[in-house]
Amino acid sequence: MFEIDAKGVYYRELNEDIRAAIEAGEKDIVLKNINGQYYIGTGITKKINITIEGVPGNDLAAFMDGPTINVMDNAQDNISNTMNSGKIIIHGHAGDVLGYGMRGGTMHILKGVGYRVGIHMKAHKKQIPTIISGGTAGNFFGEYMAGGTLILLGLDSKEGEELAGDYLGTGMHGGVIYIRGEVDKDKCGKEVGVMDTDEDDMKLIKEKLDDYCADFDLDCNEIMKRPFKKLIPVSARPYGNLYAY
Amino acid sequence: MNHDYQKDIAGCGLAGLINKKKNPLSGSHIAKSMALMNDRGNGLGAGYAAYGIYPEFAELYAFHLMYDDHTSRMEVENHLKNNYHIEKTEEIPTRPVEGLGISPLLLRYFVCPLEDKVVGDMTEKEFVVNTVMKINSEMEGAYVFSSGKNMGAFKGVGNPKEIADFFLLEEYEGYIWTGHTRFPTNTPGWWGGAHPFTLLDWSIVHNGEISSYGINKRYLEMFGYKLTLLTDTEVVAYTLDLMIRKHGLDIPLACSALAPPFWKDIDKMPDAEKEVYTALRLAYGSAMLNGPFSLLFGHSGGLVGINDRIKLRPLVAAEHGDVTYMASEESAIREICPKPDKVWAPRAGDPVIVELEV
Repeated sequence: MFEIDAKGVYYRELNEDIRAAIEAGEKDIVLKNINGQYYIGTGITKKINITIEGVPGNDLAAFMDGPTINVMDNAQDNISNTMNSGKIIIHGHAGDVLGYGMRGGTMHILKGVGYRVGIHMKAHKKQIPTIISGGTAGNFFGEYMAGGTLILLGLDSKEGEELAGDYLGTGMHGGVIYIRGEVDKDKCGKEVGVMDTDEDDMKLIKEKLDDYCADFDLDCNEIMKRPFKKLIPVSARPYGNLYAY
Repeated sequence: MNHDYQKDIAGCGLAGLINKKKNPLSGSHIAKSMALMNDRGNGLGAGYAAYGIYPEFAELYAFHLMYDDHTSRMEVENHLKNNYHIEKTEEIPTRPVEGLGISPLLLRYFVCPLEDKVVGDMTEKEFVVNTVMKINSEMEGAYVFSSGKNMGAFKGVGNPKEIADFFLLEEYEGYIWTGHTRFPTNTPGWWGGAHPFTLLDWSIVHNGEISSYGINKRYLEMFGYKLTLLTDTEVVAYTLDLMIRKHGLDIPLACSALAPPFWKDIDKMPDAEKEVYTALRLAYGSAMLNGPFSLLFGHSGGLVGINDRIKLRPLVAAEHGDVTYMASEESAIREICPKPDKVWAPRAGDPVIVELEV
C-alpha cells in the first residue's frame, strides 16, 4: 500500500505523483486529505486500486481504463467521462453529468446523484457500462442514452415516491433504466416506454445488485423486495431516416 | 501519451456563507474557500461582498468608489458634498500584492443624503440609487463598487487570493460573505467588471451567462436604471432592486420571476397557484433570466442561492450549526467546514433562502 498525503497539493502535482507511483509498480494507492483536486484517475490504464479519503474534484476517472477507485466520501461533477473499463465506488453522493459517454465499467454510488447522469452512455458487444445510485436523481437522468444500464434505488425514499426528476430518458435510443419506484410517464422523454420488469430483467438486476450490495455491505434481498419499473426506448433509431430521403 | 498539454479549464466559481445568528466571521474563511476554486477563474476578476463589516457606521450608506484618476474623484466628491452629509472619507486599505496589476484609486465614504435634497415622493433609497446611476453613467472614470449600509464590495482584476490579500480581507468581520472568481467570456476583464455587482445592499455573484441580457437591460432602462458596467450580471442586481424594493415582491416570488416554472408545469398547478405564476410570468416576462446560471445574492437580511431552471451550472449547499454555505463545488465548502451537518445540491430553479434570525 502506498500513501500520498494530498493536503494542499495542487492537482497537477498530485496526478504526477500518482502516475509516478503506478510507474514504480504500486498496485494499492491511498490518497489522504484529498479536497477538490481535479482529474484523479483520469486516463489511467492499469488495473490498480486507488482509495480516496476526502472529496475529489471534478473530472474524476475521465477516460479511465482499468483501475478501481474507492471514494470514501462524497464526490463532485463529471465523473467517468468516456470511461472505458474499471470501477468507481462512491460512499456518499455525487454531482451532475456522471458517466458522460461512458462506454464500459461500473459506477456504484451509495447516495443520490445530480442532473444529467448517464448522458450519452453507450455500449458495444461486451462493453456494457453500469451506473447504480442508491438515492434519487435530478432531471435528465439517462439523457440521450444509447446503451448500458442505469439503476436507481431510492433506498431512503418511501415506497411509491418518484425517484428521478423531469425529462427522464429524453432522447434515449438504447440501453435500459431500472427504477425501484414509480415513474410518471409525463416526465419521460417521448422516446421512452415504461413497463414492468420480467424474469430476465430481475435476473440482471439481481446480478448487478449483488455486486453493488457487496461494495456497501447492504442486504440485497431486502432491496429486491420492492418492484422496479423498466424504461427502454420504444424506437431504436428515431432519426435513422433523417438524411435518407 | 503527452501529459504536458496545458489548457485553461474554467467556468467561474462562487461561494457564500451566512451566520444566521450574526456571529462575525473573518474574511479569511471566504478567501480560503475561493482560493480552492482558483482554477475556475483565470485571474481576470475576483471579488467579495461582506455584510456587517461597518457596525460603527451601520446607519450610513457606505459608498465604495473606484476612480481611474483624480479628476473623476474630484467630480464625484463635489457631487457628494452637495447632496450628502459625509461622516467619513478614507482610502480603502490595501497592501501591495506581487503579480497584481496597477489598481485604480479606491475610496470609501460613509454618508447620508441631505434632508432638503430628498423631496416630494423621493425616498432615501431612491435618492441613493439615482446617485449611483449618475456616477456610473455620467462621471467619466468613476464607478460605484457598492452603496449599501453596513456592507461593502471588494473586487478587482486578479485571482481570489490576490484580491483578498490586496484588500486585507482577513481584517474584516462580517456575518454574510460572498466570493467570486471570474473567467470572462463575452465582456472585458476590468476592475469594475469583477463580481460582485451591487446596488444598495443587494450584491450578486454569478457563474454562467445571461443570454437575455438585452431584453433585461431594455426592461430595466424603462425604470431609470442605467447599465454601464459592460457585464450581464449587472442586470440581476437591478432586477432584484426593482422587484423587491420598488414593487414589494417577497424573495421567493422574486426568485420565481428570475427562474419561473415552465408553462407545462404551471398547467398542472392548482388553480390559485396557476393564477399567481401565470400573472408573474406575464408581468415579469422581461425580467426572466435566460441562459445558464448559478448565482448568490446577499442582502441586509440574508443570503439566497439560485440556479437556472435546468441546472446548467453547479451549486452545492451545506449547513453546520448556525452557518449555511453555498458554493460551485462541495470541496470549496469542505475546505472551511470539513464536517458539515448536511450537504445537498439544490434543485434547478429552487432557491436556497437563508434569513438572519436576529
